[in-house]
Amino acid sequence: MKFLAELYAQQFKTTMAAMFQYRASLFIWMIGQVLEPLVYLVVWSVVSAGSGGSVGGYTTRDFAAYFILLMLVNQVTFTWIMYEFEYRVREGILSFALLRPVHPIHSDIADNVSSKLITLPIMMVVAVGLAAGFHASISPPLWAVAIFIPALLLAFLVRFLLEWTLAQAAFWTTRVGAINQVYFVLMLFLAGQIAPLTLLPHPIQVVATFLPFRWLISFRVELLLGRLTLVQALTGLGAQAAWLIASFVLVRVVWRAGVRNYSAVGA
Amino acid sequence: MKYLRLLAAFLRVSVAGETAYRVNFFIQLFQSLVSLGLSLGGLAVVFSYTNTLRGWRPDEVLALLGVYFLVGGMIGLVIRPGMEQLIESVRTGTLDFVLTKPQDAQLIVSVQRIEIFELIDIMLGFAVLATALVRLGERVGALQAAAFIGMILAGGVIIYSFGLILATLSFWFVRVENILVIFQSMYEAGRWPVSLYPGWLRYGLTFIVPVAFATTVPVQALTGRLSWETLLGAIVLAVALFATSRVLWRAGLRHYSGASA
Repeated sequence: MKFLAELYAQQFKTTMAAMFQYRASLFIWMIGQVLEPLVYLVVWSVVSAGSGGSVGGYTTRDFAAYFILLMLVNQVTFTWIMYEFEYRVREGILSFALLRPVHPIHSDIADNVSSKLITLPIMMVVAVGLAAGFHASISPPLWAVAIFIPALLLAFLVRFLLEWTLAQAAFWTTRVGAINQVYFVLMLFLAGQIAPLTLLPHPIQVVATFLPFRWLISFRVELLLGRLTLVQALTGLGAQAAWLIASFVLVRVVWRAGVRNYSAVGA
Repeated sequence: MKYLRLLAAFLRVSVAGETAYRVNFFIQLFQSLVSLGLSLGGLAVVFSYTNTLRGWRPDEVLALLGVYFLVGGMIGLVIRPGMEQLIESVRTGTLDFVLTKPQDAQLIVSVQRIEIFELIDIMLGFAVLATALVRLGERVGALQAAAFIGMILAGGVIIYSFGLILATLSFWFVRVENILVIFQSMYEAGRWPVSLYPGWLRYGLTFIVPVAFATTVPVQALTGRLSWETLLGAIVLAVALFATSRVLWRAGLRHYSGASA
């Protein structure tokens, strides 16, 4: 444990410095991260304003709060590893990581966390600005806020492990683009990024409950909007814990098999 | 005529290059279909709760989606690859080879790389647009069709000139490829009518990054809700941007000293 703590302390020093070098790229990533939820915020606001101020139990203000919170939760949990890993395998860069005596996932986590420490303050400002512009307001019960924090941490871990596992498809095929795209489309629909899940057809809601997507993003948003009962919230936390165990096992199994299959193309 | 021959030559090279990787065609087709499915699904969800989006009926938004794919396909087919190549060759100095050729360099730069698989998006765009047109029926007359074609052409010129202006900046600032990424994310907002967006974003998408002229305006022309002012404005903007891009290109070339020499 002490070893890991020292490892992360060192990693943060270097990755923070590296990420500051990439501030322009980080900023450009952020434009996409803001624009996507903003587009759906606008569309649903128009729909709800056109139908007397409320659609499917969401008022215009609720939609604003929903998509702004969604943007923040997505910002905290997103990773770019699925694009990056293919490049590492294809170019043989992974070989260097394999020579080091620690699992390469640790430096990736450090990278990811440092990029977010840099971008999150800007994101918060954007969120506050949007919330003022679209008159968003939330008044979550205190227990919901208390559950929100561990839920967000769990979501970060589960999403990181799952996407890190998926990224390893690159060990078996060089055409990961199609896999990534299917994943992101599922994520858009089943994690509530197109519309709150309760507005989608019932079968999709059922599927979303059994797959990890809802637990990765929209669950926390529903929590803060006060749409969940305490029992539902605790059940959600349980589902996240279950997915954490599952993704932990997955990442270990797939990584072992993948490394055995890796032949350092290009090196 | 010789421009078309030049384009055909680059197209042949591109086809020859890409047919070596035939599986890629199916992967691209699959990805385009997934992306189209996502957009259609989004439309279906939204229109299950309403009949009109600030005056836009479902079939009109469908037509907009078709145009979005069509224009997006054109951008991906020739505009973006050419611009990326230009930025890259200014940085590495390989633009020298283009300049020695006995053709207008701007023309060669603009058509030098063609991503033929983007034709899939163009075809899908046509299919969606055709479906929407059939459903819109007789509301689309000859006048509207003519205005639509005119506005698509104006939109194409606007997007091309805008892209070239951005890429030409690489003569002065070396790292500008990120700007193209911003443009791509802004374009995504064009799959919905820009009139939905709040004022600041609408102006941004009209005047700073002219996405509105590429998608919303042609569809407005098609459904006969385009004012004469907007129509004239689009044509004037197209001419003005094209002229600006040409002037900037010449100035850029004078500034270019070649990196390899």
